[in-house]
Amino acid sequence: MSQFLDMFLIGISAASIYALMAISMVLVWRSTRVVNFAQAGMALLSAYIGYELVSRTGNFWISLPLAMILGAAFSAFIEFFLMRTLLKHSNQGPIAAIAPIIATLGLLGVIRAVIGFIWGHGDVQLEAPLSKVGYKFGDTTLFIGPMGLFVICFVVALLLVVTIVFQKTNIGLALRASAYAPEIAQLSGIRVSGIRTLGWAIAGAAGAAAGILQTVNGTGGLTPESLEFSLLLVFGFIAAVIGGLESLPGAVLGAVILGLVLAFVQIYISGTLVFIVAFILLLAVLILRPQGFLGSKAGRRA
Amino acid sequence: MLKKHPLITFIFFGVVLYLISNRLDELLVYQGATVGIFVIAIASLILLTGYSGQVSLGHGALMAIGAYAAALLRIHYNAPVWLTFVVAVLAAAVGGALLGLAAARLSGPYLAGTTLALAIGLPSIANQFSIFGGEQGLSFDIGFPPASLGEDFTQYKWYFWISWSAALIAMYWLRHVLNSRYGRSWRAVRSNDVAAELAGIHVGRNKVLAFTISAGLAGLAGALLGMTISLVSPGVYPLLLSFSLATGAVLAGVTTLGGVMIGAVILVAIPEIALAIANRYGGSETIITNLPGLLVSGLLILTVLLSPNGPVEQMHARHAKRAKSGKASHSPVELTLRVGSKTWSTKK
Amino acid sequence: MLKINGLTVSHGAIRALDNVSFSVEKGGLTAVIGSNGAGKTTLMRTLSGLKSADSGSATWNDHNLLHGKPEHHVRQGVSHVSEGKSVVAQLSVEENLDLGALWRRNPAEAKKSKAEVFELFPRLHERREQQADTLSGGERQMLAISRAYMARPQLLLLDEPSLGLAPLVIEQIFQSIRHIVDSMGVTVVLVEQNAMGALRIADFGVVLNLGTIAAWGRASDLIADPAVRTAYLGF
Ligand SMILES: Nc1ncnc2c1ncn2[C@@H]1O[C@H](COP(=O)(O)OP(=O)(O)OP(=O)(O)O)[C@@H](O)[C@H]1O
Ligand SMILES: [Mg+2]
Repeated sequence: MSQFLDMFLIGISAASIYALMAISMVLVWRSTRVVNFAQAGMALLSAYIGYELVSRTGNFWISLPLAMILGAAFSAFIEFFLMRTLLKHSNQGPIAAIAPIIATLGLLGVIRAVIGFIWGHGDVQLEAPLSKVGYKFGDTTLFIGPMGLFVICFVVALLLVVTIVFQKTNIGLALRASAYAPEIAQLSGIRVSGIRTLGWAIAGAAGAAAGILQTVNGTGGLTPESLEFSLLLVFGFIAAVIGGLESLPGAVLGAVILGLVLAFVQIYISGTLVFIVAFILLLAVLILRPQGFLGSKAGRRA
Repeated sequence: MLKKHPLITFIFFGVVLYLISNRLDELLVYQGATVGIFVIAIASLILLTGYSGQVSLGHGALMAIGAYAAALLRIHYNAPVWLTFVVAVLAAAVGGALLGLAAARLSGPYLAGTTLALAIGLPSIANQFSIFGGEQGLSFDIGFPPASLGEDFTQYKWYFWISWSAALIAMYWLRHVLNSRYGRSWRAVRSNDVAAELAGIHVGRNKVLAFTISAGLAGLAGALLGMTISLVSPGVYPLLLSFSLATGAVLAGVTTLGGVMIGAVILVAIPEIALAIANRYGGSETIITNLPGLLVSGLLILTVLLSPNGPVEQMHARHAKRAKSGKASHSPVELTLRVGSKTWSTKK
Repeated sequence: MLKINGLTVSHGAIRALDNVSFSVEKGGLTAVIGSNGAGKTTLMRTLSGLKSADSGSATWNDHNLLHGKPEHHVRQGVSHVSEGKSVVAQLSVEENLDLGALWRRNPAEAKKSKAEVFELFPRLHERREQQADTLSGGERQMLAISRAYMARPQLLLLDEPSLGLAPLVIEQIFQSIRHIVDSMGVTVVLVEQNAMGALRIADFGVVLNLGTIAAWGRASDLIADPAVRTAYLGF
C-alpha cells in the first residue's frame, strides 16, 4: 500500500513539472507552429538565473517569480528577433519545413555554450528553500515533504491561472483565436504577431518555473550539459504529444499519464527501463493515436 | 567528367587523396580521416532530409548503434575488421528500419522530436547495461596496419585509408542509388507526397527504405569514428554530435550531396578554429570548452537565417537565374539532379 | 466611398487582377460577379490587406487600403468575411462574436452590436453556447457575417456567402445582407457566383472577367444588358 502511495506521489510530482514543460511547448507550437527544442536550454538558463537571483537576494520566494518574468522576456525576445526573421526568410525550398526546428536546436546549443561561459562547467547548487524530508504518518514516511508539496501546489495554482486567463479573458480569447485560425483572428482586428510573442512569453515563464522547480525538487545541482534537462525536454514533448500538441488540458493530462506510468515502471519494474518505456509510449501514441488524446484530428500524419 | 565516367572520377579522387596523405603531417592525416567519416555521416543525413524529406536529429544515436555492434563483435568474437564494419552497417540499418517504420507515418515536428528523444536517451541506456561497458564504454581496437604496407606506415594513415575508402565507396554507391528508380521516387515524395502516391509510388515504403539506408551509413560512420579513437562510449556520441551533423548537413545544403565536403571540413575545422581563437585570448579553459559549441550552434542559426538551402544550392540558384534568359526553366526535380552531379564535377 | 484605381495583383507569375478600376458609393450594395478564377477573391483579399498589390490604388474614404495589415483596416471600419466559412471552428458561437469586437475598447457598444446581431439572426442566439464547428453551413455563414459585423464596419466585404448553401437559406442570407445595408447604413461589397441572385438584391454590379472589368453599372442595367445576360447570367 505504501509502495502504491509512493508511486502515486512520485508520479504526480514528476507530472507537475512535465506539465509545465509540455504547456510551454504547446503554447509555442500553437502560436508559431514550431516545436521549440530550445525549451530545455531556456529552462536551464532560467534555473541558472534563479540560482544567481537567490545568491544575490538570498530569498527564493522573490527569485522564483523574478526568474519567471525574465524567462518570459527572454522567450519573447527570441520570438521577436529570431523566429520572425526566420519565418520570413526561409519560407520556401525544401528546408522550409525543417528550418525552424534546426534553428531551435542551434539556439539550444548557443544557450548551453553561453551558460558554460558565464557559470563554467562545475556543479552549481540551487538549494531547496524547504525541507525535502518526507512527511511522517505513524511509522510510514511519505515520499513527499514540504518542498514536494509546494511544487505540486504551485503548479496546480499556475495551471488554474493559465486556465482562467485562456478561458475567461479577452487576451485568452485572442490567444486561442490566433492559435486556431490566425487569418480570421487578423480579420477580426487582432494583432496576431503581438499575440504570438505573448504566447512565447507565457511559454517562457512556464518553462522557467519548470526549470527551477525541477532543480530544487531534485538534487539542486546544475551543469550546462545536464542530462536531466534534456530528459525533461523529451518528457515534456512526450506529454504534449500524448495530449495532441494543440491542447493545454491535453498537455496536462499527458503529463499525468506519463508521470504515473514512469513512476510505476520505476517502482515495480526497474529504474533502468524508464527512458525505454517513455520512448515506446511516445511511438505507441504516435502510431496508434496520431491525434493524441485531446487533440483535433488534423494532423501529424506525414 | 563525373557524369560520363563516375567510377574513374572516384578512383582519381582516391589517388589524389592518397598522394595528399603522404605529404601531410600526422595530425592532419588524423583530421583527414575524421573528415572522411563526417562525409559519410552528413551524406546519410542529407539523403534522408534532402532526398526523402524526413528529418532526423538522432543520427548520433544511430552512429552509436553501429559502433557498439562493431565493438561488441570485435571484443567477443575477435571478428575481422571489415566484418565489424559490415555488421555496424547492418545493425544500424535494422535500428533505422524500425525507426523508419514509425517515421514514415510522422511529419516534421513529431519526427524531429522522436529522433531527438532517441539521441538524448540512447547514451543513457548504454550507460545502464553492463554489456555496453557503462560510462567507460568498450574499447574498439582494429590493430596495427598490415606489415606489407611498410615500416613507416603509421596508425593514423591506416585510419585515413580505411575512412576514405569507406567514404568513397559509400558516396559512389549512394550516387548510384540516387540516380536509380529509388532516388527518383524519393525526390518525387519529397516534393509532393500526394502527387507521388497518385503516380503509383508507395510513399511509406520509400520513406522506410530511405531511413534504413541512411541509418546504415550512419552506423558505418559511427564505427569508423569509434575506430579513430579506439573507443566506443556514450561520451563519443553525445547530443552535440547529432547537432553537429545537422549543422554539417545544413551547411552542405540539404538538397544536394555536392556540399558534403564543405560540411565535413567545417565540422572538423571548428574545434581547431576555436582552439586557435582561445589561445589568442590567453587560452582560458572556459573558452576552449565552450567556444566550439557556440560556433557550431551559432553557425547553424546563421546558415538557416541567411542561406537556408545551403551555400551550394544558393550558388546554383544564382547561376540558374543568370542562365535562365532564353532557356526554358527547369522543373525542380531536374534542377536537383543537375545540381547534384554538377557539384561533384567541380571537384576535379 | 471606396475608390479602386488601376489595381494590379499577381500570385507569382499568375496575374489575377489587371488594371482594375471602379468605385462604390457610400451606403449601397455592390455585387461583384464573374466566373471561377475571375479574380473576385483576390480583389477582396487585396482590399482587406491579406494580399499585397503590385500597383494601383485603393482607398476607403481617405484610408489607404493597400498599406498596412488587416487588423489595421478593421480599425478603420473595413471588415472582410473571407471565402469559405470564416469562423473559428474551435470557439463557441458567442466567443466568435466576442472575437469580432475584441479590439473595440467600449464593452457597452460591443454588447449593443451583439444584441443587434441576435435580433438579425435569432438562430445564433439559440446556439450561442455551441461550438462553431457543430453549426450547419447556413448558420456558420450567418455567424461569419455577424463576426464581421461585430467590428461595427462601415465597409463590409463578403466573399461568396452563398457557397454550398440551399436556395432557401441563400435567400434568407441575402435578405439579411440587404437589411444590414438598409437599416444599419453599412456599405457592402458582395462577391457572388450566384450572379442573378446577387444582382437582384444589389444596387450596383461589377462584372469581372479574367482579372479585368467586363461591365460595371447599376444592377438593373446589368440585368437588362443582353451581352451580360448571355455571358454571365446564362440566358
Ligand atoms: N494563392 C494563390 N496562388 C496562386 N494562384 C492563385 C492563388 N489564389 C488565386 N490564384 C489564381 O488567381 C486567379 C484568381 O483567383 P481567385 O481566387 O481570385 O478567383 P475567384 O474569382 O475568387 O474564383 P472563384 O469564384 O472560384 O472563387 C485564379 O487563376 C487562381 O488560380
Ligand atoms: Mg473566390
